[in-house]
Amino acid sequence: MLEIRCPYCGKRSQNEFSYGGDGNIKRPTLGEEINTKDWDDFVYFRDNPRGKHTELWHHTSGCRQWFKASRDTATHEIFATCKMNEDFNE
Amino acid sequence: MRISMSNQFRTTNSNGLINKNKILNFTFNGQTFQGYEGDTLASALIANGVHLVGRSFKYHRPRGFLGVGVEEPNAMVQLHEGDRSEPNIMATEVELVEGLVANSQNCWPSVKFDIGEINNLLNRFFPAGFYYKTFMWPKSFWYKIYEPVIRKAAGMGIAPLNPDPDRYEHNYEHCDVLVVGSGPSGLASALAAAKNGARVILAEDKAHFGGSLLNDDVTIGNMSGREWASDVISQLKNLPNVVVKNRSQVFGYYDHNMTVMFERVSDHIEKPSQYTPRQRLHYIRAGEVIVSTGSIERPISFGNNDRPGILLASAAREYMKVYETLVGKKPIIFTNNDTAYSTALEFLKNDITPIILDTRDNSDGELVKEVQNQGIQIRFNSGIANTKGHLKIKSATIGKLDSDKENFISYEEVECDCICMSGGWTPTVHLSSQAGNKLKFKEEIDAYVPDQKRQKETAVGAANGSYTLDQSLAEGFQVGFELSNKFTSNNSKTDTPMSKEPSQESHEKLWCMPLPNGKKPKRFIDFQNDVAVSDVELALREGFRSIEHVKRYTTLGMAGDQGKTSNLNGLQYVSKIEKKIVPEVGHTTFRPPYTPVTIGTIVGREVGNHYLPTRKSPIHKWHEENNAVFVAAGLWVRPRYYPRGNETMNDAVNREAANVRKNVGICDVTTLGKIDIKGPDAPEFLNRIYTNAWLKLPVGKARYGVMLREDGMVMDDGTTSRISENHFHMTTTTAQAANVLSHLEYYLQVVWPELDVNVLSTTEQFAGVAVAGPKSRELLTKMFPSIDLSNEGLPFMGLIDTKLGDIPARIYRISFSGELAYEVNVESDYGLHLWKKIMEAGSDFGVQPYGTEALSTLRIEMGHVAGPELDGRTIPFDVGLNGMVSQKKDFIGKRSLSKEAFVAEDRQTIVGLVPVDKKSKIPEGSHIVENDKAPTPNPKLGHVSSSCWSVEYNNPFSIAIMKDGKKQIGKTLFAVSPLKDISIPVEVVSSHYVDPKGERVRS
Ligand SMILES: [Zn+2]
Repeated sequence: MLEIRCPYCGKRSQNEFSYGGDGNIKRPTLGEEINTKDWDDFVYFRDNPRGKHTELWHHTSGCRQWFKASRDTATHEIFATCKMNEDFNE
Repeated sequence: MRISMSNQFRTTNSNGLINKNKILNFTFNGQTFQGYEGDTLASALIANGVHLVGRSFKYHRPRGFLGVGVEEPNAMVQLHEGDRSEPNIMATEVELVEGLVANSQNCWPSVKFDIGEINNLLNRFFPAGFYYKTFMWPKSFWYKIYEPVIRKAAGMGIAPLNPDPDRYEHNYEHCDVLVVGSGPSGLASALAAAKNGARVILAEDKAHFGGSLLNDDVTIGNMSGREWASDVISQLKNLPNVVVKNRSQVFGYYDHNMTVMFERVSDHIEKPSQYTPRQRLHYIRAGEVIVSTGSIERPISFGNNDRPGILLASAAREYMKVYETLVGKKPIIFTNNDTAYSTALEFLKNDITPIILDTRDNSDGELVKEVQNQGIQIRFNSGIANTKGHLKIKSATIGKLDSDKENFISYEEVECDCICMSGGWTPTVHLSSQAGNKLKFKEEIDAYVPDQKRQKETAVGAANGSYTLDQSLAEGFQVGFELSNKFTSNNSKTDTPMSKEPSQESHEKLWCMPLPNGKKPKRFIDFQNDVAVSDVELALREGFRSIEHVKRYTTLGMAGDQGKTSNLNGLQYVSKIEKKIVPEVGHTTFRPPYTPVTIGTIVGREVGNHYLPTRKSPIHKWHEENNAVFVAAGLWVRPRYYPRGNETMNDAVNREAANVRKNVGICDVTTLGKIDIKGPDAPEFLNRIYTNAWLKLPVGKARYGVMLREDGMVMDDGTTSRISENHFHMTTTTAQAANVLSHLEYYLQVVWPELDVNVLSTTEQFAGVAVAGPKSRELLTKMFPSIDLSNEGLPFMGLIDTKLGDIPARIYRISFSGELAYEVNVESDYGLHLWKKIMEAGSDFGVQPYGTEALSTLRIEMGHVAGPELDGRTIPFDVGLNGMVSQKKDFIGKRSLSKEAFVAEDRQTIVGLVPVDKKSKIPEGSHIVENDKAPTPNPKLGHVSSSCWSVEYNNPFSIAIMKDGKKQIGKTLFAVSPLKDISIPVEVVSSHYVDPKGERVRS
């Protein structure tokens, strides 16, 4: 079980959190034209890197805040976490 | 039953850790024995001369004790009787209590005469991979013939059938330094870390602390090893920053230094208090873990080396020193190293002279010298070729080895009643390996030791391959101090005491004896899985090269044992045949649990009603008192129906639903998800979340909304109302409430943080009651006489804030049943009061409560979609909600709706089905096909999502989602359920079966 530092609450065990996927994905702007390929890339396609990965977590059984984590997908090491409007301080 | 001559095999001295003043009676295989307080089941049986405890897994060979603790592969018993009965328990790990009952397993009819032993005679038909090779063909034989027979023959113990009556607990702990194992290096690290001020947990599997110090004659400072151990333990126990746990096995090492420990809290207590759990699981998140798990002695492979009475030399010594038990009186000691000589010395203390066989040419170690000084002649260059004795060892064929030790040059038959063997030592690296440590092979000890760590874990002492006491203590004190310095600023270092132990010479690299002339007895490597040298040879001959493949083909090192005594010997043998060095062969992966753990401990308190939380509405008590039959809806418990007299479920559901159509019914809808949405950007936010328009919803009005996922699939639906300019009240389905909240939070926090909106779950804050039916207006008018509830005063999709007496109440004009209907909300605590008031006021109008079944019937008849239709595979078009999709604005998932497949001409859509005979109920999940006689695969047009008995038309009615559905209306097709062998001719109709124009809700 991972130990994750919520930027609002501090270190908590993984069972308080839900995983939220790739943190680098930008949703296309509402109302703007977008071709099918770009849209499908946004909806369906994700990189599956081995190593450092920026991802989203949700402190579901805690403060209910979404935040970013920089995690190694192979070793599970978490290098840093930060609020959505911050950058990692690595 | 007879009482046997007891305790004939006890030592003459009493320096052990048992209490001979307290006699304990116990039963093994129906016979009563006596042992002492402090005994294990194993030591008490051996003290009574019992070595035969079970039958081996594959060949059903008679087996006894090999070890004295967790390393035991053979002596597994069925412990206790009745509901507390437990299979596969190591007798070496069971502390004796008064009245203990144990039985042998894997034998029938008895351990002394076992039918399955025929497998041993037929052993040439049971080679490695036997199951893979034999039971391949024909396939149909597998389920009916092979598998049941194999299961019966291969079973170990028997699991009890009833629930476990004992209580188990989970505990979460945090500490700076966790020390696993209380041998010399563990005690040293714990003391050094604790005295430096770190928060320390020290865990020991056994009842007694000290590890090897309990068995070795050594000196630390001016104390014996044992005295030093108990001195350190009492120092630790007196420190407030230390938790010391015995009977506690750290069996798993997971990510981020999460370890899991299994504590036997009251297994050793005859009558534990009812407040004491039987066992406890500790989740320990440690800053640093010190692995001081010691080492396990290796057996030696020789002909018939598995007979009862053949055991590890270290085990024999611990039985003597800790349990005052003699494993035999005519021992042979067989070794490739010096350590077994301390076992010889211990026999000599009891006036027993062992025969000593040493594979080496010579040794000048101090232990060897001491044995020789006592006038014992050591047979160097010797080994055991074979043994005799069916149920217990009787004699051994010992042989002189030739110079390259590949053959015996002479033989001699020697009587004996036990053989104590030692093939050297293997560091217990399981936890380090589980932690991700890349092990390295240490040539001088011929074993793997931890090397490159991935987590905050440090091995010390024998677990690190440091076999001398000096090294162990030095490492322990050093590592304990250094690691604790990460957590404290005391910088206070504890001095390492001087220690003294006999010097040792190195071992010989020889773990497998040659076969005796002209014979091929089995030479076992893995006792638990019945894997012999010949099985490994066969696997290699058949081309299995990877050690992981050899492991799986032969089962070497698998299962509960995790290769504790067999792993290295297996590797050594593979490397010898393959002519590779061991590190090239590699090693298999160690997995948790290190030792078997009861399922009860893993489950803890999460059993029965504690398995999941239960959510009940504030009106629950009334439902209970009024004969409701309940159903689980997620975590919620909801009334399903309220039977009267002898009514069946169908009777009750039809009555409840019909009463809504005719009079008025009320339903507890408290479980619906409710989300409070506030902020100046709330209308804009809803406009993006929902498919329809929200900007112009007037205050005091509700609107039905549908929300999609980005892939275009419907996520949820519900009614959302505008309470004031910037304040909305959203409702969700019961099932999706939590997901919808997370969804809204995601978009507000991650995607559109610029929107000034807050969301909060208010599901628990409001109780809700649906009042539905043509007489609902009259009923509510009676309850709220001051309010205008006419169609003009409160039109469809309107809402009014009012009061019920002094209680604030909100009335929504919304309908799920398709009838004229309202929903009344009050604060939760007044929910029961509201419900009772409605029932009271409704008595003149024939009011009846209705449950989830009638609720379903009413919405299915009307063609309203719910969970079964919104199953994550349907877009709005599929479920008849295309009218809800705004063409003017963008919203979540909109772009997906124009994908090719989603706009296809023959896209699936919702329809109704009525059986042609107007009688047959169509099972939910049935497939719709054009021709029920067509050969498989019969093309499927769609599936039945919801079924009910239409109370309006008095015949079955179903909703289906079907390819090109609207074009199928009027056709006769078949609803087939091949699993139930059902085929029903059905007519396809509109999904709006009742009141298709929706006039009633607006009446
Ligand atoms: Zn938090």
